[in-house]
Amino acid sequence: MIKRKIEENFFRVLMVLATIIVSGSFFLIVGTIFYKGVPFMSWDMITKIPGGGFYIGKEGGVLNAIIGSLYIAGGSTVLGLLISIPVAIYMNMYLSGKNFLVNSLRIVFDVLFGIPSIVYGAFGFLIMVYFGIRASLLGGIVAVTLLVIPILVRTLDEVMQTVPKELRDASLSLGATRWEMSKVVLRQIRPGIFTAILLSFGRAIGDVASVLFTAGFSDNIPTSLHQPAATLPLAIFFQLGSPVEEVQGRAYASALILTIIVLIITILSSVLAKRFSKNSSR
Amino acid sequence: MERFRLIKDRILSKLMLILTVLSVSVVLVIGIGLYFKSIPILNNSSWWKLLTSSEWKPLKGLFGFFPFIMGTLWVTGIAIIIALPLCLLTSFYITEYAPNRIRKILVPFVNLLSGIPPVIFGVWGVLFIIPLIQDHIAPHFVEFSTGYSVLAGGIVLAVMIFPLIVSIVCEVLNTIPNELKNASLALGATKWETIRKVSLRKAKPGIIAATVLAISRAFGETIAVLMVCGNNAVVPHSVFDAGYPLPALIANNYGEMLSIPMYDSALMFAALLLFIIIFLFNIISRVILARLERKLAI
Repeated sequence: MIKRKIEENFFRVLMVLATIIVSGSFFLIVGTIFYKGVPFMSWDMITKIPGGGFYIGKEGGVLNAIIGSLYIAGGSTVLGLLISIPVAIYMNMYLSGKNFLVNSLRIVFDVLFGIPSIVYGAFGFLIMVYFGIRASLLGGIVAVTLLVIPILVRTLDEVMQTVPKELRDASLSLGATRWEMSKVVLRQIRPGIFTAILLSFGRAIGDVASVLFTAGFSDNIPTSLHQPAATLPLAIFFQLGSPVEEVQGRAYASALILTIIVLIITILSSVLAKRFSKNSSR
Repeated sequence: MERFRLIKDRILSKLMLILTVLSVSVVLVIGIGLYFKSIPILNNSSWWKLLTSSEWKPLKGLFGFFPFIMGTLWVTGIAIIIALPLCLLTSFYITEYAPNRIRKILVPFVNLLSGIPPVIFGVWGVLFIIPLIQDHIAPHFVEFSTGYSVLAGGIVLAVMIFPLIVSIVCEVLNTIPNELKNASLALGATKWETIRKVSLRKAKPGIIAATVLAISRAFGETIAVLMVCGNNAVVPHSVFDAGYPLPALIANNYGEMLSIPMYDSALMFAALLLFIIIFLFNIISRVILARLERKLAI
C-alpha cells in the first residue's frame, strides 16, 4: 500500500516537473531573446535601411527586412485567401454529404501542412526556374502562398464545420442556391476568417526556408514585384553569422522585433478564437 | 432571373472545383517535379549507392547521402527521446491533475510556443543551448566540444515539437470516457495506476500518431537545426559530434549549386527524399487520427 502511495507521489512530482519544463521553455526562449536583444535595440533599427558598411558594424537598421517580410506575409496571405476560401466553401457546402471524399481531402491538406518549408522552397525555386523568374518579391510570395494554403484551408474548414446546420438548411429551404447559402455562412464565420488570416500571417512572416532561395535579399525596400526582397528571419540568420560583435547584436535586436510581431499576432488570434468559440456555443 | 442565379451557382461551383483540384494536386506536382529534377543523379548512380555511400565530394561528382541521413536520424532521435516522455507527463498532468484554473493558463503557453518562428528557436539555441553544452554538459563527458552538436540540434528540435505532441495527446486523452477512469478509480487504483493501465492503453494509437507526426516535423525542420548543428558532413558517433541533417544541406548549398554539375540534381534528390519520408509519415499518422476521430463520433 505504502509503495503504491510513493509511486503515485513520485509520478505526480515528475508530471509537475515536466509541465514546468514544457511550459517554461516558452519563457526561457522569449526571456533569452529579450535579455540579449533589448541592449541592442534602437530607434534606428526599425526606421532605417542598412547604410554603407552596415555589415561591418556601421549604422543603419533593418527596415528593409521588416517591410520585405510584411510584403511577403501580406501578399501570400491575400493570395492564399483567394484560393482557400473557395476551396473551403466547396468542401463544406458543395461536397456536403460526400463524407469519404471530404475526409480524404482533409487528410491531403493535413499532409500538405506537414510538408516542411524547405521542400516548398525548393519546389518554388523549380517553378521560378521553369518560368524564368529571378529571386524576387514575387517568387517569395508564390512559395509562401503554397506554404500557407493548407493552414488557411484547414482553419476555415474547421470554422465552417461549427456553423449550425439549421442555418444552412434555413437558407436553402428559402430557395437560396448553394452559393447564396455560402455567402450567409461566410458572414457567420467572419471572426474565424480573421483568425485564419492571423495564423497564416504569423507562419508566413517567420518562415525562412521557403524564402531562402525564392525571395533573394536586398538592402533596399522593394518597389516592384520583380525586385529581390529582404526578410526579417533571413536578416537575423545572416547577421548572426557575422564575426562582428555589433552585427551580431543587431541579429539579437532583429530577433526581438520578430518575436514581438509574432507574439502580438498569436495573442490577437487566440483572443479572437476565444471570442468566436463563445459565439458559436451559444 | 431564376436562370441567372442557377447559372451563377453552377459556374462558381466549377471554379471552386478547379481551385480545389489544383491545390490538392500540389502534393503530386511537388513529388513529380522533384523526381524529374533528380533524374540526372539517379541515372548516374543507383538509389542504394546514393543512400549508403559516405563520400560527399561534389567537385568529383561523388554524392553519398549517408552522413546526412545519419545526421537527420541522430537529431530527430534525440529530439523524440527528450520530448516524448516530457510531453506525455505534461499531457497527463494537464488532463488529469491540473485544476481548471491552472489548465486555463497552461494551454495558451503551449500554444504560444507553437507560434514562435524557427529562426527564433535557432537564435535561442545559439545563445542558450550552445553555451550550456559547451561549458556545463560536454566537459563531463568529452575533452572538448564547441557545443555545436547533434545534441544541441536535438534539444532545440525537442522544444519545437513540444506543442505539437502536447496538443494532440491532450486532445486524445480528453476523448477517453470518464466512466472508464472512474471504474478504475472505484476499484481502488491510484490516479497514476489509472493513467498507466487505462488512459495510456486507450490513448496508444493517438500517442503513436502524435509521435510519427512529431518525427516528420523534426525531419524537415531546417533553419533552427542548421544554426546549432555544426554542419560537418561526417557520420556522428556521439551526441557531442557535429552533424549535418538533410534540410540543412539543401539550405546551405543552394547558392553555389548552379556552378557545379549534378549538384542541383543532388540537392533536389535530397528534397525528394525528405518529401517521400515526410509524406508517408504524415499519411500514416493522419489516417490513424482520422480513424480515431470517426470512432469517437459514432
